[in-house]
Amino acid sequence: MHPALSVLFLTTLIGAGQGLFIALFLLELLGGSSLSSGFFVGGSAIVVVLCVLGLIASFFHLGHPERAWRAAAMWRTSWLSREVIALPAFMGVAFLYGAAHWSGAGFTLALGLLGSILSIVLFVCTAMIYAAVKVLKEWSHPLTVVNFTLLGCASGACLTTSYAAFFAPALVAPLSQATFSLIALSLVTRGAALVRNATLKPTSTLQSALGIRHPRIVQKSQGAMGGSFNTREFFHGKSATFVRGVLITLLFAGFVFPLILVLTVPMLAFAVQYAGLLAERWYFFAEAQHPQNLYYQTVS
Amino acid sequence: MTQLALVIDLNVCVGCHACVTNCKQWNTSGAAGSLSDLDPYGADPNGTFFNRVQTFEVGEYPNTETVHFPKSCLHCEDPPCVPVCPTGASYKRKSDGIVLVDYDKCIGCKYCSWACPYGVRELDEKRQVMTKCTLCVDRIYDMSLPEDRRKPSCVLACPPGARLFGDVHDPESAISIAIRERGGYALMPEAATKPSNHYLPRRKTTLNLRDDDLCRSDNPHRIDGAPFEPNLPPIAEEL
Repeated sequence: MHPALSVLFLTTLIGAGQGLFIALFLLELLGGSSLSSGFFVGGSAIVVVLCVLGLIASFFHLGHPERAWRAAAMWRTSWLSREVIALPAFMGVAFLYGAAHWSGAGFTLALGLLGSILSIVLFVCTAMIYAAVKVLKEWSHPLTVVNFTLLGCASGACLTTSYAAFFAPALVAPLSQATFSLIALSLVTRGAALVRNATLKPTSTLQSALGIRHPRIVQKSQGAMGGSFNTREFFHGKSATFVRGVLITLLFAGFVFPLILVLTVPMLAFAVQYAGLLAERWYFFAEAQHPQNLYYQTVS
Repeated sequence: MTQLALVIDLNVCVGCHACVTNCKQWNTSGAAGSLSDLDPYGADPNGTFFNRVQTFEVGEYPNTETVHFPKSCLHCEDPPCVPVCPTGASYKRKSDGIVLVDYDKCIGCKYCSWACPYGVRELDEKRQVMTKCTLCVDRIYDMSLPEDRRKPSCVLACPPGARLFGDVHDPESAISIAIRERGGYALMPEAATKPSNHYLPRRKTTLNLRDDDLCRSDNPHRIDGAPFEPNLPPIAEEL
Protein backbone atom coordinates (compact mmCIF):
# COMPACT_ATOMS: atom_id res chain seq x y z
CA MET A 1 0.00 0.00 0.00
CA HIS A 2 1.07 3.58 -0.60
CA PRO A 3 1.68 5.29 2.77
CA ALA A 4 -0.17 8.63 2.72
CA LEU A 5 1.52 11.29 4.89
CA SER A 6 -1.88 12.57 6.04
CA VAL A 7 -2.77 9.20 7.55
CA LEU A 8 0.70 8.73 9.08
CA PHE A 9 0.38 12.05 10.90
CA LEU A 10 -3.26 11.52 11.84
CA THR A 11 -2.75 8.13 13.49
CA THR A 12 0.53 8.98 15.25
CA LEU A 13 -0.59 12.42 16.52
CA ILE A 14 -3.96 11.34 17.90
CA GLY A 15 -2.36 8.13 19.24
CA ALA A 16 0.10 10.19 21.31
CA GLY A 17 -2.73 12.47 22.43
CA GLN A 18 -4.92 9.55 23.49
CA GLY A 19 -2.06 7.91 25.38
CA LEU A 20 -1.23 11.22 27.07
CA PHE A 21 -4.83 11.61 28.20
CA ILE A 22 -4.95 8.13 29.73
CA ALA A 23 -1.62 8.86 31.49
CA LEU A 24 -2.98 12.14 32.86
CA PHE A 25 -6.09 10.42 34.19
CA LEU A 26 -4.05 7.64 35.84
CA LEU A 27 -1.71 10.24 37.37
CA GLU A 28 -4.66 12.09 38.84
CA LEU A 29 -6.24 8.88 40.06
CA LEU A 30 -3.05 7.62 41.74
CA GLY A 31 -1.38 10.92 42.61
CA GLY A 32 -4.49 12.55 43.96
CA SER A 33 -4.30 16.16 45.05
CA SER A 34 -0.50 16.26 45.32
CA LEU A 35 -0.30 17.48 41.71
CA SER A 36 -1.00 21.04 40.62
CA SER A 37 -4.00 21.57 38.38
CA GLY A 38 -1.73 23.50 36.01
CA PHE A 39 -0.02 20.23 35.04
CA PHE A 40 -3.36 18.76 33.95
CA VAL A 41 -4.49 21.93 32.19
CA GLY A 42 -1.24 21.99 30.19
CA GLY A 43 -1.46 18.24 29.53
CA SER A 44 -5.05 18.42 28.26
CA ALA A 45 -4.08 21.39 26.09
CA ILE A 46 -1.37 19.23 24.48
CA VAL A 47 -3.95 16.43 23.97
CA VAL A 48 -6.36 18.81 22.23
CA VAL A 49 -3.61 20.39 20.12
CA LEU A 50 -2.32 16.98 18.99
CA CYS A 51 -5.83 15.86 18.06
CA VAL A 52 -6.54 19.10 16.19
CA LEU A 53 -3.27 18.70 14.27
CA GLY A 54 -4.18 15.10 13.50
CA LEU A 55 -7.64 16.15 12.37
CA ILE A 56 -6.15 18.81 10.08
CA ALA A 57 -3.76 16.22 8.66
CA SER A 58 -6.65 13.84 8.00
CA PHE A 59 -8.42 16.42 5.82
CA PHE A 60 -5.51 16.29 3.40
CA HIS A 61 -6.36 12.64 2.79
CA LEU A 62 -9.81 13.48 1.44
CA GLY A 63 -10.69 14.38 -2.13
CA HIS A 64 -13.61 16.45 -0.85
CA PRO A 65 -12.78 17.72 2.67
CA GLU A 66 -15.82 20.02 2.63
CA ARG A 67 -18.03 16.92 2.67
CA ALA A 68 -16.21 15.35 5.64
CA TRP A 69 -19.27 15.83 7.86
CA ARG A 70 -21.03 13.16 5.81
CA ALA A 71 -18.53 10.58 7.09
CA ALA A 72 -20.43 10.15 10.37
CA ALA A 73 -23.41 8.65 8.54
CA MET A 74 -22.56 4.95 8.27
CA TRP A 75 -21.45 4.19 11.83
CA ARG A 76 -23.49 0.98 11.78
CA THR A 77 -21.14 -0.65 9.27
CA SER A 78 -18.00 1.45 8.80
CA TRP A 79 -15.15 1.70 11.31
CA LEU A 80 -14.01 4.87 9.55
CA SER A 81 -17.38 6.40 10.32
CA ARG A 82 -17.08 5.29 13.94
CA GLU A 83 -13.66 6.91 14.18
CA VAL A 84 -15.09 10.12 12.75
CA ILE A 85 -17.56 10.16 15.66
CA ALA A 86 -15.17 8.96 18.39
CA LEU A 87 -12.40 11.49 17.64
CA PRO A 88 -14.43 14.71 18.20
CA ALA A 89 -16.12 13.09 21.22
CA PHE A 90 -12.72 12.34 22.74
CA MET A 91 -11.43 15.83 21.90
CA GLY A 92 -14.51 17.40 23.51
CA VAL A 93 -14.05 15.45 26.75
CA ALA A 94 -10.30 16.19 26.78
CA PHE A 95 -11.12 19.88 26.43
CA LEU A 96 -13.72 19.70 29.23
CA TYR A 97 -11.22 17.81 31.42
CA GLY A 98 -8.66 20.62 31.01
CA ALA A 99 -11.34 23.28 31.49
CA ALA A 100 -12.59 21.58 34.68
CA HIS A 101 -9.05 21.59 36.09
CA TRP A 102 -8.53 25.21 35.07
CA SER A 103 -11.79 26.49 36.50
CA GLY A 104 -11.80 24.21 39.52
CA ALA A 105 -15.30 23.06 38.62
CA GLY A 106 -14.68 19.51 39.84
CA PHE A 107 -15.85 16.25 38.22
CA THR A 108 -12.31 15.90 36.84
CA LEU A 109 -12.03 12.20 37.70
CA ALA A 110 -15.39 11.46 36.11
CA LEU A 111 -14.38 13.37 32.98
CA GLY A 112 -11.00 11.64 33.06
CA LEU A 113 -12.63 8.22 33.21
CA LEU A 114 -15.02 9.08 30.38
CA GLY A 115 -12.15 10.49 28.30
CA SER A 116 -10.00 7.41 28.92
CA ILE A 117 -12.83 5.11 27.82
CA LEU A 118 -13.34 7.23 24.70
CA SER A 119 -9.59 7.12 24.13
CA ILE A 120 -9.63 3.30 24.14
CA VAL A 121 -12.73 3.30 21.91
CA LEU A 122 -10.91 5.60 19.50
CA PHE A 123 -7.84 3.32 19.48
CA VAL A 124 -10.08 0.39 18.57
CA CYS A 125 -11.93 2.38 15.87
CA THR A 126 -8.71 3.62 14.27
CA ALA A 127 -7.11 0.19 14.32
CA MET A 128 -10.24 -1.57 13.07
CA ILE A 129 -10.26 0.67 9.98
CA TYR A 130 -7.21 -1.36 8.98
CA ALA A 131 -7.96 -4.65 10.71
CA ALA A 132 -11.39 -4.80 9.03
CA VAL A 133 -9.92 -4.83 5.51
CA LYS A 134 -10.11 -8.59 5.05
CA VAL A 135 -8.19 -8.70 1.78
CA LEU A 136 -5.10 -7.22 3.45
CA LYS A 137 -3.91 -10.16 5.52
CA GLU A 138 -1.08 -8.12 7.05
CA TRP A 139 -3.67 -5.83 8.65
CA SER A 140 -6.58 -8.18 9.17
CA HIS A 141 -5.40 -9.54 12.51
CA PRO A 142 -6.04 -8.76 16.22
CA LEU A 143 -2.38 -7.69 16.53
CA THR A 144 -3.27 -4.57 14.52
CA VAL A 145 -5.65 -3.43 17.28
CA VAL A 146 -3.17 -4.41 20.00
CA ASN A 147 -0.36 -2.49 18.30
CA PHE A 148 -2.33 0.68 17.59
CA THR A 149 -3.42 0.74 21.25
CA LEU A 150 -0.07 -0.16 22.80
CA LEU A 151 1.99 2.08 20.52
CA GLY A 152 -0.38 4.96 21.21
CA CYS A 153 -0.21 4.34 24.97
CA ALA A 154 3.60 4.00 24.83
CA SER A 155 4.00 7.25 22.89
CA GLY A 156 1.51 8.99 25.19
CA ALA A 157 3.39 7.75 28.24
CA CYS A 158 6.68 8.85 26.68
CA LEU A 159 5.18 12.27 25.97
CA THR A 160 3.97 12.49 29.57
CA THR A 161 7.49 11.70 30.78
CA SER A 162 9.04 14.34 28.50
CA TYR A 163 6.33 16.82 29.59
CA ALA A 164 6.94 16.01 33.27
CA ALA A 165 10.70 16.40 32.77
CA PHE A 166 10.01 20.08 32.04
CA PHE A 167 7.12 20.85 34.39
CA ALA A 168 6.92 18.20 37.12
CA PRO A 169 10.40 16.69 37.67
CA ALA A 170 9.21 14.74 40.71
CA LEU A 171 7.08 12.52 38.46
CA VAL A 172 9.85 11.62 36.03
CA ALA A 173 11.23 8.62 37.92
CA PRO A 174 7.99 6.59 38.19
CA LEU A 175 6.77 7.74 34.77
CA SER A 176 9.96 6.72 32.99
CA GLN A 177 9.72 3.23 34.49
CA ALA A 178 6.10 2.88 33.37
CA THR A 179 7.01 4.21 29.93
CA PHE A 180 9.93 1.81 29.70
CA SER A 181 7.64 -1.17 30.33
CA LEU A 182 5.05 0.08 27.83
CA ILE A 183 7.64 0.60 25.08
CA ALA A 184 9.12 -2.83 25.81
CA LEU A 185 5.66 -4.42 25.67
CA SER A 186 4.79 -2.65 22.41
CA LEU A 187 8.10 -3.79 20.95
CA VAL A 188 7.10 -7.39 21.68
CA THR A 189 3.66 -7.06 20.07
CA ARG A 190 4.85 -5.00 17.08
CA GLY A 191 7.75 -7.41 16.68
CA ALA A 192 5.28 -10.28 16.61
CA ALA A 193 3.33 -8.52 13.84
CA LEU A 194 6.54 -7.83 11.89
CA VAL A 195 7.53 -11.50 12.06
CA ARG A 196 4.00 -12.63 11.14
CA ASN A 197 3.83 -10.30 8.15
CA ALA A 198 7.29 -11.24 6.92
CA THR A 199 6.34 -14.91 6.80
CA LEU A 200 2.78 -14.47 5.54
CA LYS A 201 1.72 -16.48 2.49
CA PRO A 202 -0.69 -14.62 0.21
CA THR A 203 -4.12 -16.24 -0.14
CA SER A 204 -4.68 -14.88 -3.62
CA THR A 205 -2.36 -15.77 -6.45
CA LEU A 206 -2.19 -14.80 -10.10
CA GLN A 207 -3.88 -18.16 -10.75
CA SER A 208 -6.89 -17.37 -8.57
CA ALA A 209 -6.94 -13.74 -9.76
CA LEU A 210 -7.32 -14.86 -13.39
CA GLY A 211 -8.90 -18.27 -12.82
CA ILE A 212 -6.25 -19.97 -14.92
CA ARG A 213 -4.55 -23.02 -13.47
CA HIS A 214 -1.02 -22.86 -14.74
CA PRO A 215 2.10 -22.38 -12.62
CA ARG A 216 3.67 -19.98 -15.09
CA ILE A 217 1.66 -16.85 -15.91
CA VAL A 218 3.44 -13.64 -16.92
CA GLN A 219 1.76 -10.29 -17.34
CA LYS A 220 2.43 -8.67 -20.70
CA SER A 221 0.30 -5.55 -20.41
CA GLN A 222 -1.83 -3.90 -17.74
CA GLY A 223 -4.04 -1.95 -20.11
CA ALA A 224 -2.35 1.43 -19.72
CA MET A 225 1.18 2.63 -20.36
CA GLY A 226 1.22 5.61 -17.98
CA GLY A 227 0.09 4.03 -14.75
CA SER A 228 -3.27 4.45 -13.09
CA PHE A 229 -4.92 4.94 -9.73
CA ASN A 230 -4.14 1.27 -9.12
CA THR A 231 -0.40 1.76 -9.55
CA ARG A 232 -0.37 4.93 -7.42
CA GLU A 233 -2.51 3.86 -4.46
CA PHE A 234 -1.38 0.29 -3.88
CA PHE A 235 2.40 0.43 -4.41
CA HIS A 236 4.83 2.38 -2.23
CA GLY A 237 7.23 2.62 -5.15
CA LYS A 238 10.37 2.56 -3.00
CA SER A 239 13.37 0.28 -3.34
CA ALA A 240 13.93 -2.72 -1.09
CA THR A 241 16.92 -0.91 0.43
CA PHE A 242 14.75 2.07 1.34
CA VAL A 243 12.13 -0.18 2.93
CA ARG A 244 14.81 -1.98 4.96
CA GLY A 245 16.13 1.43 6.03
CA VAL A 246 12.67 2.36 7.30
CA LEU A 247 12.48 -0.94 9.18
CA ILE A 248 15.81 -0.25 10.90
CA THR A 249 14.73 3.34 11.64
CA LEU A 250 11.46 2.23 13.21
CA LEU A 251 13.17 -0.40 15.35
CA PHE A 252 15.85 1.97 16.66
CA ALA A 253 14.09 5.36 16.73
CA GLY A 254 10.74 3.88 17.67
CA PHE A 255 11.85 1.43 20.34
CA VAL A 256 15.57 1.05 21.18
CA PHE A 257 16.54 4.73 21.55
CA PRO A 258 13.36 5.71 23.45
CA LEU A 259 13.94 2.79 25.84
CA ILE A 260 17.39 4.25 26.63
CA LEU A 261 16.42 7.93 26.47
CA VAL A 262 13.38 7.62 28.72
CA LEU A 263 15.71 6.51 31.52
CA THR A 264 18.53 8.95 30.74
CA VAL A 265 17.35 12.07 28.88
CA PRO A 266 13.54 11.95 29.19
CA MET A 267 13.18 15.44 27.70
CA LEU A 268 14.34 14.07 24.33
CA ALA A 269 12.64 10.68 24.46
CA PHE A 270 9.31 11.64 22.88
CA ALA A 271 10.79 13.57 19.94
CA VAL A 272 12.96 10.60 18.93
CA GLN A 273 10.14 8.12 19.51
CA TYR A 274 7.70 10.17 17.43
CA ALA A 275 10.05 10.11 14.45
CA GLY A 276 10.36 6.35 14.93
CA LEU A 277 6.59 5.92 15.10
CA LEU A 278 6.18 7.83 11.83
CA ALA A 279 8.57 5.29 10.31
CA GLU A 280 6.57 2.51 11.97
CA ARG A 281 3.34 3.75 10.41
CA TRP A 282 5.03 4.11 7.01
CA TYR A 283 6.22 0.54 7.24
CA PHE A 284 2.75 -0.59 8.36
CA PHE A 285 1.42 0.57 4.99
CA ALA A 286 4.39 -0.54 2.94
CA GLU A 287 4.34 -4.11 4.26
CA ALA A 288 0.67 -4.61 3.31
CA GLN A 289 0.49 -6.41 -0.03
CA HIS A 290 -2.83 -5.73 -1.71
CA PRO A 291 -4.15 -8.60 -3.88
CA GLN A 292 -5.05 -6.12 -6.63
CA ASN A 293 -1.30 -5.75 -7.22
CA LEU A 294 -1.43 -9.16 -8.91
CA TYR A 295 -3.11 -7.42 -11.86
CA TYR A 296 -0.44 -4.70 -12.01
CA GLN A 297 2.88 -6.51 -12.25
CA THR A 298 4.08 -5.26 -15.64
CA VAL A 299 3.33 -2.02 -17.48
CA SER A 300 3.82 -3.56 -20.92
CA MET B 1 -34.27 -10.84 -7.12
CA THR B 2 -32.36 -9.54 -10.07
CA GLN B 3 -28.58 -9.43 -10.24
CA LEU B 4 -27.33 -7.86 -13.43
CA ALA B 5 -23.85 -8.93 -14.47
CA LEU B 6 -21.44 -9.44 -17.31
CA VAL B 7 -20.02 -12.72 -18.51
CA ILE B 8 -16.71 -12.41 -20.32
CA ASP B 9 -15.62 -15.18 -22.65
CA LEU B 10 -11.82 -15.38 -22.52
CA ASN B 11 -11.94 -17.84 -25.39
CA VAL B 12 -13.36 -15.15 -27.65
CA CYS B 13 -11.74 -11.91 -26.42
CA VAL B 14 -9.09 -10.75 -28.89
CA GLY B 15 -7.78 -7.89 -26.76
CA CYS B 16 -8.86 -5.10 -29.11
CA HIS B 17 -9.78 -2.64 -26.31
CA ALA B 18 -13.01 -1.65 -28.09
CA CYS B 19 -14.89 -2.21 -24.81
CA VAL B 20 -12.44 0.11 -23.05
CA THR B 21 -12.87 2.95 -25.52
CA ASN B 22 -16.63 2.63 -25.83
CA CYS B 23 -16.95 2.49 -22.05
CA LYS B 24 -14.86 5.61 -21.73
CA GLN B 25 -16.79 7.38 -24.49
CA TRP B 26 -20.19 6.64 -22.99
CA ASN B 27 -19.31 7.29 -19.38
CA THR B 28 -17.26 10.42 -19.99
CA SER B 29 -20.14 11.96 -21.92
CA GLY B 30 -22.89 11.09 -19.49
CA ALA B 31 -24.66 13.07 -16.81
CA ALA B 32 -22.49 11.45 -14.13
CA GLY B 33 -19.53 13.58 -15.17
CA SER B 34 -16.34 13.16 -17.13
CA LEU B 35 -13.69 10.52 -16.66
CA SER B 36 -10.69 12.78 -16.59
CA ASP B 37 -7.56 12.34 -18.65
CA LEU B 38 -4.33 13.84 -17.37
CA ASP B 39 -1.62 14.62 -19.89
CA PRO B 40 -3.36 12.45 -22.53
CA TYR B 41 -0.93 13.28 -25.33
CA GLY B 42 2.16 13.76 -23.17
CA ALA B 43 4.91 11.51 -21.95
CA ASP B 44 3.00 10.21 -18.92
CA PRO B 45 -0.64 9.82 -19.94
CA ASN B 46 -3.04 8.99 -17.16
CA GLY B 47 -6.74 8.75 -16.73
CA THR B 48 -9.81 7.17 -15.25
CA PHE B 49 -11.19 4.01 -16.80
CA PHE B 50 -14.02 1.77 -15.63
CA ASN B 51 -12.75 -1.09 -17.71
CA ARG B 52 -9.27 -2.17 -18.66
CA VAL B 53 -8.03 -5.02 -20.83
CA GLN B 54 -4.88 -6.66 -19.57
CA THR B 55 -2.78 -9.27 -21.30
CA PHE B 56 -1.13 -12.31 -19.78
CA GLU B 57 1.05 -15.04 -21.21
CA VAL B 58 0.29 -18.48 -19.88
CA GLY B 59 2.80 -21.31 -20.14
CA GLU B 60 6.33 -21.60 -21.34
CA TYR B 61 7.53 -21.12 -24.91
CA PRO B 62 6.65 -22.73 -27.28
CA ASN B 63 3.56 -23.88 -25.40
CA THR B 64 2.26 -20.43 -24.59
CA GLU B 65 -1.13 -18.87 -24.83
CA THR B 66 -1.88 -15.17 -24.80
CA VAL B 67 -4.87 -14.41 -22.64
CA HIS B 68 -6.54 -11.02 -22.95
CA PHE B 69 -8.27 -10.27 -19.71
CA PRO B 70 -10.91 -7.51 -19.52
CA LYS B 71 -11.34 -6.31 -15.94
CA SER B 72 -14.10 -4.13 -14.53
CA CYS B 73 -16.25 -4.04 -11.40
CA LEU B 74 -17.63 -7.52 -10.74
CA HIS B 75 -20.75 -6.21 -8.95
CA CYS B 76 -20.20 -8.67 -6.12
CA GLU B 77 -23.20 -10.10 -4.30
CA ASP B 78 -21.29 -9.49 -1.07
CA PRO B 79 -19.33 -6.36 -1.98
CA PRO B 80 -16.62 -5.54 0.60
CA CYS B 81 -16.44 -1.96 -0.72
CA VAL B 82 -19.98 -1.06 0.41
CA PRO B 83 -20.02 -1.53 4.21
CA VAL B 84 -16.68 0.28 4.70
CA CYS B 85 -17.90 3.50 3.06
CA PRO B 86 -18.28 6.08 5.84
CA THR B 87 -20.80 8.27 3.99
CA GLY B 88 -23.03 5.71 2.31
CA ALA B 89 -21.91 6.98 -1.10
CA SER B 90 -20.99 3.45 -2.10
CA TYR B 91 -24.07 1.27 -2.29
CA LYS B 92 -25.56 -1.82 -3.89
CA ARG B 93 -28.96 -1.40 -5.50
CA LYS B 94 -31.59 -3.78 -4.17
CA SER B 95 -33.57 -3.70 -7.42
CA ASP B 96 -30.87 -4.99 -9.78
CA GLY B 97 -27.72 -5.62 -7.70
CA ILE B 98 -25.59 -2.95 -9.39
CA VAL B 99 -22.88 -1.53 -7.11
CA LEU B 100 -22.80 2.24 -7.55
CA VAL B 101 -21.14 5.36 -6.13
CA ASP B 102 -23.14 8.49 -5.38
CA TYR B 103 -20.63 11.06 -6.63
CA ASP B 104 -22.33 13.83 -4.64
CA LYS B 105 -21.82 12.02 -1.34
CA CYS B 106 -18.31 10.59 -1.92
CA ILE B 107 -15.62 12.36 0.14
CA GLY B 108 -12.76 10.70 -1.76
CA CYS B 109 -11.25 8.84 1.22
CA LYS B 110 -10.36 5.82 -0.99
CA TYR B 111 -11.27 3.37 1.76
CA CYS B 112 -13.58 1.40 -0.56
CA SER B 113 -10.73 0.89 -3.02
CA TRP B 114 -8.66 -0.69 -0.23
CA ALA B 115 -11.47 -3.11 0.61
CA CYS B 116 -11.89 -4.30 -3.00
CA PRO B 117 -9.49 -7.16 -3.80
CA TYR B 118 -9.82 -6.67 -7.57
CA GLY B 119 -8.64 -3.07 -7.91
CA VAL B 120 -11.59 -2.03 -10.04
CA ARG B 121 -12.35 1.27 -8.33
CA GLU B 122 -10.44 4.32 -9.49
CA LEU B 123 -10.35 7.74 -7.88
CA ASP B 124 -10.88 10.36 -10.55
CA GLU B 125 -7.96 12.75 -10.20
CA LYS B 126 -9.88 15.83 -11.35
CA ARG B 127 -13.23 15.21 -9.68
CA GLN B 128 -11.65 13.60 -6.58
CA VAL B 129 -14.43 11.08 -6.15
CA MET B 130 -14.31 7.31 -6.43
CA THR B 131 -15.54 6.04 -9.78
CA LYS B 132 -16.31 2.59 -11.11
CA CYS B 133 -18.27 0.58 -13.65
CA THR B 134 -21.99 1.35 -13.44
CA LEU B 135 -23.01 -1.38 -15.90
CA CYS B 136 -24.11 1.70 -17.89
CA VAL B 137 -27.04 2.16 -15.56
CA ASP B 138 -27.89 5.32 -17.51
CA ARG B 139 -28.58 3.43 -20.72
CA ILE B 140 -29.80 -0.07 -19.85
CA TYR B 141 -33.12 1.36 -18.62
CA ASP B 142 -33.37 4.13 -21.24
CA MET B 143 -36.74 3.56 -22.92
CA SER B 144 -35.87 5.97 -25.71
CA LEU B 145 -33.33 3.45 -26.98
CA PRO B 146 -34.38 0.41 -29.03
CA GLU B 147 -34.57 -2.63 -26.77
CA ASP B 148 -31.54 -4.37 -28.24
CA ARG B 149 -29.43 -1.27 -27.52
CA ARG B 150 -30.30 -1.23 -23.80
CA LYS B 151 -27.02 -2.90 -22.90
CA PRO B 152 -23.72 -1.70 -21.39
CA SER B 153 -21.50 0.11 -23.89
CA CYS B 154 -18.75 -2.46 -23.60
CA VAL B 155 -21.13 -5.26 -24.57
CA LEU B 156 -22.39 -3.35 -27.62
CA ALA B 157 -18.85 -2.54 -28.72
CA CYS B 158 -17.29 -5.99 -28.49
CA PRO B 159 -16.66 -7.08 -32.11
CA PRO B 160 -16.40 -10.85 -31.49
CA GLY B 161 -19.17 -10.86 -28.87
CA ALA B 162 -17.01 -11.88 -25.95
CA ARG B 163 -19.15 -9.94 -23.49
CA LEU B 164 -22.60 -11.10 -22.44
CA PHE B 165 -24.99 -9.15 -20.26
CA GLY B 166 -27.97 -10.29 -18.24
CA ASP B 167 -29.42 -11.45 -14.94
CA VAL B 168 -27.34 -14.12 -13.20
CA HIS B 169 -30.17 -14.88 -10.78
CA ASP B 170 -32.47 -15.98 -13.60
CA PRO B 171 -31.43 -19.57 -14.34
CA GLU B 172 -32.79 -19.37 -17.88
CA SER B 173 -31.00 -16.13 -18.85
CA ALA B 174 -28.40 -16.40 -21.61
CA ILE B 175 -25.58 -15.60 -19.20
CA SER B 176 -26.74 -18.13 -16.58
CA ILE B 177 -26.81 -20.81 -19.28
CA ALA B 178 -23.37 -19.73 -20.48
CA ILE B 179 -21.95 -19.94 -16.94
CA ARG B 180 -23.59 -23.31 -16.36
CA GLU B 181 -22.77 -24.97 -19.64
CA ARG B 182 -19.42 -23.41 -20.49
CA GLY B 183 -17.60 -23.57 -17.18
CA GLY B 184 -18.11 -19.98 -16.01
CA TYR B 185 -16.09 -19.11 -12.94
CA ALA B 186 -15.62 -16.21 -10.50
CA LEU B 187 -12.34 -14.40 -9.76
CA MET B 188 -10.59 -14.87 -6.41
CA PRO B 189 -13.24 -17.08 -4.81
CA GLU B 190 -11.10 -17.05 -1.65
CA ALA B 191 -12.02 -13.38 -1.12
CA ALA B 192 -15.63 -14.54 -0.44
CA THR B 193 -17.07 -11.56 -2.31
CA LYS B 194 -19.36 -13.67 -4.54
CA PRO B 195 -18.68 -11.77 -7.77
CA SER B 196 -21.68 -11.55 -10.08
CA ASN B 197 -19.53 -11.16 -13.19
CA HIS B 198 -18.19 -14.45 -14.42
CA TYR B 199 -15.49 -15.46 -16.86
CA LEU B 200 -15.68 -18.29 -19.37
CA PRO B 201 -12.41 -20.21 -19.67
CA ARG B 202 -10.22 -20.74 -22.71
CA ARG B 203 -11.23 -23.85 -24.56
CA LYS B 204 -9.44 -26.07 -27.05
CA THR B 205 -11.47 -28.01 -29.61
CA THR B 206 -9.82 -31.39 -29.87
CA LEU B 207 -10.87 -34.56 -31.65
CA ASN B 208 -11.07 -37.40 -29.16
CA LEU B 209 -9.92 -40.32 -31.34
CA ARG B 210 -8.77 -43.54 -29.76
CA ASP B 211 -6.39 -45.81 -31.63
CA ASP B 212 -8.90 -48.63 -31.84
CA ASP B 213 -11.42 -46.28 -33.45
CA LEU B 214 -9.27 -46.50 -36.59
CA CYS B 215 -9.49 -50.28 -36.69
CA ARG B 216 -13.13 -50.63 -35.79
CA SER B 217 -15.56 -52.10 -38.27
CA ASP B 218 -17.64 -48.91 -38.29
CA ASN B 219 -14.65 -46.81 -39.32
CA PRO B 220 -15.13 -45.97 -43.01
CA HIS B 221 -11.36 -45.58 -43.36
CA ARG B 222 -10.69 -49.06 -42.06
CA ILE B 223 -8.38 -51.21 -44.12
CA ASP B 224 -9.98 -54.56 -44.80
CA GLY B 225 -8.14 -57.42 -43.22
CA ALA B 226 -5.51 -55.26 -41.60
CA PRO B 227 -4.45 -56.60 -38.24
CA PHE B 228 -5.05 -54.50 -35.15
CA GLU B 229 -1.93 -52.42 -34.84
CA PRO B 230 -2.55 -49.40 -32.61
CA ASN B 231 0.90 -47.95 -33.23
CA LEU B 232 0.48 -47.82 -36.99
CA PRO B 233 -2.48 -45.71 -38.10
CA PRO B 234 -3.31 -46.10 -41.80
CA ILE B 235 -1.57 -43.69 -44.13
CA ALA B 236 -3.29 -41.99 -47.05
CA GLU B 237 -1.94 -44.32 -49.79
CA GLU B 238 -3.15 -47.40 -47.97
CA LEU B 239 -6.65 -45.94 -47.94
